[in-house]
Amino acid sequence: MHSTINDATLIRNYISGDERAIEELINKHNQRLSSYIYSKVQDMSVTEDIFQDTFIKVISTLKRGAYNEEGKFLPWVMRIAHNLIIDHFRRNKRMPKYKGNKEFNIFSVLTDDKLNAEKQLIKDQIDQDLEVLIEQLPKDQRDVLIMRIYQDMSFNEIAENTEVSINTALGRMRYALINLRKIIEKNQIVLTN
Amino acid sequence: MEQIYSSPATHCKLISTRKEAVNFLLNYSKSLEIHKVQGMTIENNLN
Repeated sequence: MHSTINDATLIRNYISGDERAIEELINKHNQRLSSYIYSKVQDMSVTEDIFQDTFIKVISTLKRGAYNEEGKFLPWVMRIAHNLIIDHFRRNKRMPKYKGNKEFNIFSVLTDDKLNAEKQLIKDQIDQDLEVLIEQLPKDQRDVLIMRIYQDMSFNEIAENTEVSINTALGRMRYALINLRKIIEKNQIVLTN
Repeated sequence: MEQIYSSPATHCKLISTRKEAVNFLLNYSKSLEIHKVQGMTIENNLN
C-alpha cells in the first residue's frame, strides 16, 4: 500500500531529513514512471537506468533546496525522465546499437574478413616456413619472387631492377615457383590453412 | 481488426522498477550531503 500523504507533505518531510519520505515518494510513483519510460524505450534495463537517473536528479535537487514546484511533483519528475529519454535516444543515434534476438542474429549476416586466432597462428607459421623455403632458391629466382610477391613490383619494374629482359624475369619467376613446389613435395610440407 | 491495431501490446505494459534499483536510490539519498559554503553548493557523497 502506498502512502496516503500527499506529495507536497512528503517532500517537506524529506527536506527536513525524513529519509522514509523519499522511499514513499519513489514507491508511490514507481509504476507510473517506470511504465512511462518503458513505453518509450521498450527495454527494461534502460528503463531502470533512466528511472534511477531521474530520481538521482530529484534527490539532488530536493536536498539542495532548489525544488520550487510545490503541488506539481509528478509532472516535474516526468519532465526530468522525458529529457533523459531524449538524451538516451540522441546518444544512441550517434552510436546506434543493435540487439539480436532468437529469430535473427545480426552476426549471421555480418562477417569479419580477419582470421580467427587459431587460423592467424597457422598463417604466421606458414609464412615463416615459406621464408625458409624461399631462402633455398637460387639467388636470381629468389630475388624475382620476393620483388613480385612481397614488394608487389610489376615484371617491368623487376626487369629494370635486375637489369634483365622482362621475359627473363618472367622465366625466373616461373622456375622459382616450380622449384618451390619441388622443395615442398620433397619435404612433404603442408602449407594450407 | 488485428491489422488495424498493429502497435505492440507492450506499449501499455505496466511495469515497476525492481526493489534493488530503488534500494540503490535510498542508499544514494542517505549518503548524499549538501553543504553550502560561502555561496557555493557542494555535494558530498559518503559512499
